[in-house]
Amino acid sequence: MGSQKISLKVNGVDHEVVVEPRLLLVHCLREVLRLTGTHIGCETSHCGACTVHLDGKAIKSCSLFAIQADGREITTVEGLEQDGTLHPIQEGFWQEHGLQCGFCTPGMMMTATAFLKDHPQPTEDEIRVAISGNLCRCTGYMNIVKSIQYAAAKLRQGE
Amino acid sequence: MPRTSPEVGGMGHSVRRKEDPRFIRGKGTYVDDIQLPGMLYLDIVRSPYAHAKIKKIDTSKALAIPGVLAVITGQDLAQYNLHWMPTLMSDTQMVLPVEKVMYQAQEVAAVLATDRYIAADGAEAVEVDYEPLPVVVDAKKALEPGAPVLRTDKPGKTDNHIWHWQWGDRTATDRAFQEAEVTVQQEIYLPRIHVSSIETCGCVADFDKVEGKLTLWMTTQAPHAIRTVFALVAGHVGLAEHKIRIISPDIGGGFGGKVPVYPGYVIAVAASVLTGKPVKWIEDRMENLQADSFARDYHIAAELAATKEGTLTALRIKTIADHGYTDAAANPSKFPAGLFHICTGSYDFKAAHVEVDGVYTNKPPGGIAYRCSFRVTEAVHTIERMVDLMAHQLGMDPAELRFKNFIKSEQFPYTSALGWEYDSGNYAGALHKAMEKIGYAELRQEQAEKRSRGELMGIGISSFTEIVGAGPSKHFDILGLKMFDSAEIRIHPTGKVIARFGTKSQGQGHETTYAQIIAEELGIPVADIQVEEGDTDTAPYGLGTYASRSTPTAGAAGAVASRKIRDKAKKIAAYLLEANEADLEWEPGKFFVRGTPDKTKTIQEIAFAAYTNHPPGLEAGLEAVSYYDPPNLTYPFGSYICVVDIDKGTGEVKIRRFVAVDDCGNIINPMIVEGQIHGGLTMGLAPALYEEISYDEYGNILGGSFIDYLLPTAVETPKWETDKTCTPSPHHPLGAKGVGESATVGAPAAIANAVVDAMWHLGVRHVDIPITPAKVWKLLRESGVTD
Repeated sequence: MGSQKISLKVNGVDHEVVVEPRLLLVHCLREVLRLTGTHIGCETSHCGACTVHLDGKAIKSCSLFAIQADGREITTVEGLEQDGTLHPIQEGFWQEHGLQCGFCTPGMMMTATAFLKDHPQPTEDEIRVAISGNLCRCTGYMNIVKSIQYAAAKLRQGE
Repeated sequence: MPRTSPEVGGMGHSVRRKEDPRFIRGKGTYVDDIQLPGMLYLDIVRSPYAHAKIKKIDTSKALAIPGVLAVITGQDLAQYNLHWMPTLMSDTQMVLPVEKVMYQAQEVAAVLATDRYIAADGAEAVEVDYEPLPVVVDAKKALEPGAPVLRTDKPGKTDNHIWHWQWGDRTATDRAFQEAEVTVQQEIYLPRIHVSSIETCGCVADFDKVEGKLTLWMTTQAPHAIRTVFALVAGHVGLAEHKIRIISPDIGGGFGGKVPVYPGYVIAVAASVLTGKPVKWIEDRMENLQADSFARDYHIAAELAATKEGTLTALRIKTIADHGYTDAAANPSKFPAGLFHICTGSYDFKAAHVEVDGVYTNKPPGGIAYRCSFRVTEAVHTIERMVDLMAHQLGMDPAELRFKNFIKSEQFPYTSALGWEYDSGNYAGALHKAMEKIGYAELRQEQAEKRSRGELMGIGISSFTEIVGAGPSKHFDILGLKMFDSAEIRIHPTGKVIARFGTKSQGQGHETTYAQIIAEELGIPVADIQVEEGDTDTAPYGLGTYASRSTPTAGAAGAVASRKIRDKAKKIAAYLLEANEADLEWEPGKFFVRGTPDKTKTIQEIAFAAYTNHPPGLEAGLEAVSYYDPPNLTYPFGSYICVVDIDKGTGEVKIRRFVAVDDCGNIINPMIVEGQIHGGLTMGLAPALYEEISYDEYGNILGGSFIDYLLPTAVETPKWETDKTCTPSPHHPLGAKGVGESATVGAPAAIANAVVDAMWHLGVRHVDIPITPAKVWKLLRESGVTD
């Protein structure tokens, strides 16, 4: 298994990295690029703590090899804030107490932002279904739902 | 009404959390985020058998893999007498086995490698030759004569019995049962479950050979106590307590699962000490579910006696506690069954007796909490199920029976039949509020109508009493360490604050809540207060965060230390104002001369003077420490009402509404308290309907991954309806009680009671949790409702 050189655009920055074919994308992000905001909760795609955007779509980075992302664009939680301004989803989670231990939070926010792009006016039920691939043990989800509603409203205002 | 302004942000303000800016940016620092130069990785070989002799461990193929540096076995640790370690309950636990394994997924050997993936390759390549032994998974069978004796390491041990514990007046209780007009009895099993915090456990051990000092970043809820344990266990190999620094960084949920010391931590430390290199060990989810401490596993037989009119007279409980192969619970040392004897709950009993027998089986050790104070959920579930059973038996409304038997507000402080002194309560008030909020009378009417149409709807109540904030040092210690907790507050010359505590937040929001306590007491804005915890080199000694003890103990210490600072500040203010101390009055943030409100000194001015112009005869500086030993526990309570609809075709239970009225005394941050209740309710829902870890007869774990251990998602979780009453604790300096676990403790019984209520007319008397569709469907089929 020889290592391979791949190109990734992560949070708008181009990277060339040499990785083993078996290296998971999440380990590439966390340990090679040192973007540790993306977390690992299960390594079996159930908990969603590792959710990032791959070409704008929410995916679980524990279930993808880094080489599968070669040449593609990735956004992680570190890429949400722009020029010192929090993304509405970050504001929402802070304002509505959408997090406690913070471990599931990056994945939740990445799932939510991808979802809101296609569903600018979601119902509560739609939000709940959208985040059902992300587990949270602390909050009971109610304030996460409110955080996403906050972001949806803010994003609509911005249009 | 808050006493301070929103800018100061003392008690009663929903201050946005101070810890959130880093978390929402992905800038928290959890253990696995720590990456040190030259760091090595540890992976663990685990047993496929629940009970087996280890005949041979062949490490040659593993060692042949480039990058694998060592394979550590029990034999290696035995050279240093580190192959066994004590548990918090003074039992013994293997770090790595020498002779035999005692449960499936037990640690057998550890592989040290230059890379995470290579370590995993190495673990795969270690070949272990086992000789399977007879397996005991059933706690009741484990006690039968002739059952294989599991703890052959204990000389003279001839059975699997660990301890017998009893509490209460047996004679009076037996007499009350003999004289009882009505009795009900029920066997209740509370299965094994797992806290399953989204962050698993792990550590980075970094031993500096030159300094002889170990730094250990570790997922622990109790860093100080764990440091002492490490010093006691490894002192003989040179790890003295001042040469151990434990850092508990950001923790991704704890719920009790991060109190114990797991073998992986110890092996990582040993590997770092031996190699002089940093070593990281992070368990994966399956290791977390299969090997880390479990909760519950209580086989309860309960009996309740009452008069025909519905006055409860006596409670009698016998329980078998399955502890797995060692008692590695995390209870105060006097109480092997934790605070299970809070089982008389919210009711005024004259007599009660409870006994518990601990048992060894071929299962992982534990007996820790699952977001609850020591064994309190077990107690609450039992009493709340039994009271409901009695109500139905007597043909009384479950609410009516509760009102009739509640401890009345005027009876507090109240000493229970089992000896606890409840600090304060208003149980009827909470239940009234919950009934009003949910529309109880209308729901009963609706239920009657639906029942006549053959539809299954149930209403369940749980009026629980918690017992938290362990605890007073005369009764509470862990391994001899008294269960006080601490705060150390220092005011800088410019009036800004650093405050350190002996506890450790795992998501509870201590950085905010503790800052609010100091803001309340000193009038210094929350924004000016930096709170730190979790570093044993800097924080004052404390017993840690579990059992809802942070606000009752360390929070109280924060208030007491603040008041000490205020006392000194008063002397400085008197000097600056050229006034008598006796003439000074305090309002949050400043002293002023009584009658001359414009003669004031703010706390910031006083702080500056403490370093630049301190009074003659008074030491400079402005700081204080408090080691707070609570005079009593606190007793939060609440009443929950749940409405369920049951699908007759599938047996699925749908929670239509759930109203939770909580009383945790005075509230520091209403937003955080509500968040804790939402989370607690969801961790009450989880074991009520979904979660269970069980074993087949060979000791194979069923439910050892997220494929079949079902954490509720946002879809299953109902929209919680919360409300509160406020009955302050009379002995806590702030009148607060603690709230993180109330809902986990109270919720399962409300759900179970609702399900039984829906099917009582069909002859159903009890359903053990988790109440799965299969269980309900079977009951419906047996009662002829479903084909």
